[in-house]
Amino acid sequence: MFVTDKILPELPAPQNTKGIVHWLKVNLFSGPVNTILTLFGLFLLYKIVPPAVQWVITDATWVAETRDTCRGEGKGACWAYIINRFDQVMYGFYPADERWRPNVAGIFLVLLAIPLFIEKTPKKAWLAGFILVIYPIIAYFLIRGGSFGLVPVDTNKWGGLMLTLIISFAGIVTALPLGVILALGRRSTMPIVKSFSIIFIEFWRGVPLITVLFMASVMLPLFLPEGTDFDKLARAMIGITLFQAAYIAEVVRGGLQAIPKGQYEAASAMGLSYWKSMALVILPQALTLVIPGLVNTFIALFKDTTLVLIIGLFDVLAVVEKVLSADAAWLGFHTEGLVFSAFVFWIFCFAMSRYSMSLERKLDTGHKR
Amino acid sequence: MTDAQANTNEEFAIQLINMNKWYGDFHVLKDINLNVKEGERIVICGPSGSGKSTVIRCINHLEEHQKGQILVHGEEITGDVKQLERLRTDVGMCFQHFNLFPHLSILDNLTLAPIWVKKVPKAEAEATAMKYLERVKIPDQALKFPGQLSGGQQQRVAIARSLCMDPKIMLFDEPTSALDPEMISEVLDVMIELANEGGMTMLCVTHEMGFAKKVADRVIFMDAGQIIEENIPEEFFNNPQSERTQLFLSQIIDH
Repeated sequence: MFVTDKILPELPAPQNTKGIVHWLKVNLFSGPVNTILTLFGLFLLYKIVPPAVQWVITDATWVAETRDTCRGEGKGACWAYIINRFDQVMYGFYPADERWRPNVAGIFLVLLAIPLFIEKTPKKAWLAGFILVIYPIIAYFLIRGGSFGLVPVDTNKWGGLMLTLIISFAGIVTALPLGVILALGRRSTMPIVKSFSIIFIEFWRGVPLITVLFMASVMLPLFLPEGTDFDKLARAMIGITLFQAAYIAEVVRGGLQAIPKGQYEAASAMGLSYWKSMALVILPQALTLVIPGLVNTFIALFKDTTLVLIIGLFDVLAVVEKVLSADAAWLGFHTEGLVFSAFVFWIFCFAMSRYSMSLERKLDTGHKR
Repeated sequence: MTDAQANTNEEFAIQLINMNKWYGDFHVLKDINLNVKEGERIVICGPSGSGKSTVIRCINHLEEHQKGQILVHGEEITGDVKQLERLRTDVGMCFQHFNLFPHLSILDNLTLAPIWVKKVPKAEAEATAMKYLERVKIPDQALKFPGQLSGGQQQRVAIARSLCMDPKIMLFDEPTSALDPEMISEVLDVMIELANEGGMTMLCVTHEMGFAKKVADRVIFMDAGQIIEENIPEEFFNNPQSERTQLFLSQIIDH
C-alpha cells in the first residue's frame, strides 16, 4: 500500500534542452549526414545569395536617361528601365490626364479597408459589405467614366497593375459568394439544384482557363446578336469568375463536410431556418476551416489574371513583357522585366498568405480537439 | 386509428399515434403509441439500438417518420418548413454531444436563436441568457468559448441555450452519456431542478436510473423499436413485468 499527502513542486525544465546552441545541435548538426547537408546548404547560399544581392541592389542602375548608362562592365540590373516607364506599368494605356481617377479609387479602397484591421471598429460587417458591394460600383464609374462629367476611358485602355488588381478584386469578390452558393447547392437535397450545381462545377473545372478566355473573347460574340458589343474586359472577368467559383465551391464543400452533423441538428432544433443556420452557424465555421484552401484559390486567381494577355488585355506582366520590351530605345532588359513582375506578384501573394494566417489565428476559438 | 384520433386532445403536449419509421429497409420504430400530458416528465430507457433516441428525434422532426401521426399540442407534424420552425421554438432539445456552436462565445450561443428566430432585442436576449446561465451556475463563463469549458459545463450551457427559447417541451437525448463520471451529477442536478420546478414537459432518454426514480412521472422501456413496458417509476423498478425489462434492469443495476 502507498499513500502520500505531499504535492510535488513544479520544477524548471533542465538547462540543456534550451538555448541557441542546443537548437543548432539538434536541428542542424545532429549527426554526420546532417552536418554535411548543413555545410553544403551554407555553401549553396554563399554561392547564390551574394551575387543575387549584387545584381539586384548594389550593382543596379536606378537612374538612367538612355540604355547605355545601364550597360557596361560590372553593372547589375537596370531598374531605370522600369522606373522610366513606371506609369505604364501601373496604368497601361490609361490616359495620363485621367490617372488621378484610378488613384482616387485605390486610395478610397485603402481608407475603407484600414478600419477593418482595427480591432475596435463598430459595424465591421456593414463596412465589409460596403466594400464588397457598393465600392466596386463606385470604382467602376470613376475609372470607366462617361458619366458625372468624367471623360469615358474604354476598358481596353485599362492596363498594368491597375488592371491586374481590378480583375483580381472583382474576381474574388464575385467568385466567393458564387462558390459558396454552388457548394450549398451541391449538397442540397433538391435534385434540380443539386444536379445543376454538379454540372456547373464539373464543367468549369474541366476546362482550362485559357480555353475559357478564348471562348469568351472569340466564340461568345458569334452567339450574340449582330452588333452587340459586349465589353472584352467584362467577358474576361465573367470567365475568370465562373472558372474560379467552381474551384471555390469545391473548397467550401470540403469545409461543409467537415462540420459535424450535430451542428446542423442543433441549429435546426433551435428553429433556425435553412439560410439562417447556414449563415450563422455552418458557414462561419466551414469558411474558417477552409481559409488555407480559399487563399490558395485566391492566389491562383490573382496569378491567373496574367492570362488575359492572350485576349489582348495588358495586365502588369503583359505591359512589361510586350509593351516595354518593344521599345527600341531600351532593348535587352528582358530579365529585369521578368524579375520585376515576379516581385510584384510575389508581394501581393505573400501579403494574402500572411493575412490569411493572421485571420486563421484570430478565428481560432480553440475548438479543435 | 379512429380510437387514437378520438383521443386527440389539447391537454396532451405530445401524442404519438401508431408511429413507424424505417431506415431504408430497417424497421427502427414499430407502432409507437405514447401520450404525454402537459407538464409530464418521462424517462425513456432501453438498450442501445432500441430506437429510444429516434423517438424523441422524430418529435421535433430531426428524423422523419413514415407512418402514423405525431401531434404536438394537438397539431400534427407534417414536415412543412414554416410549421417546423414554429414548432421548434416551442420544443427545446439537448444532445448527447452538446452541439454548442464552437465559433460563438457562450453568451452568443445562448442569444443566437432568441435574436434571429424570435426577434428579441439583443439587450433583452442577453439579460435572459445571463439569467439562465445563473440557473445552471456558470454565469462567469459567459464570454468564454465552448472549447474552453469542461464537458459538464458545456452540457449545462446547452440546457441553458434551450431554455432561452422559453420552450414548453424539453427533449433530452442521453445528456450525460458523453460525460466523464465526475461531471454527470452537475448536469443531473440542473435537470432535477428543472423537473422539480414543474410546468415544463420533459422527455429524457437516459440510463441514469437514479434520475428516473427521483423525477420521472413515468418510465418507458424500449427494445427493438417497440415500447415494451411503461409504468410509474416505483412499479417499473421494483416490479418489472416483462422478461426483457427485468434483464435490462438487472444488467444496468448490477454494475
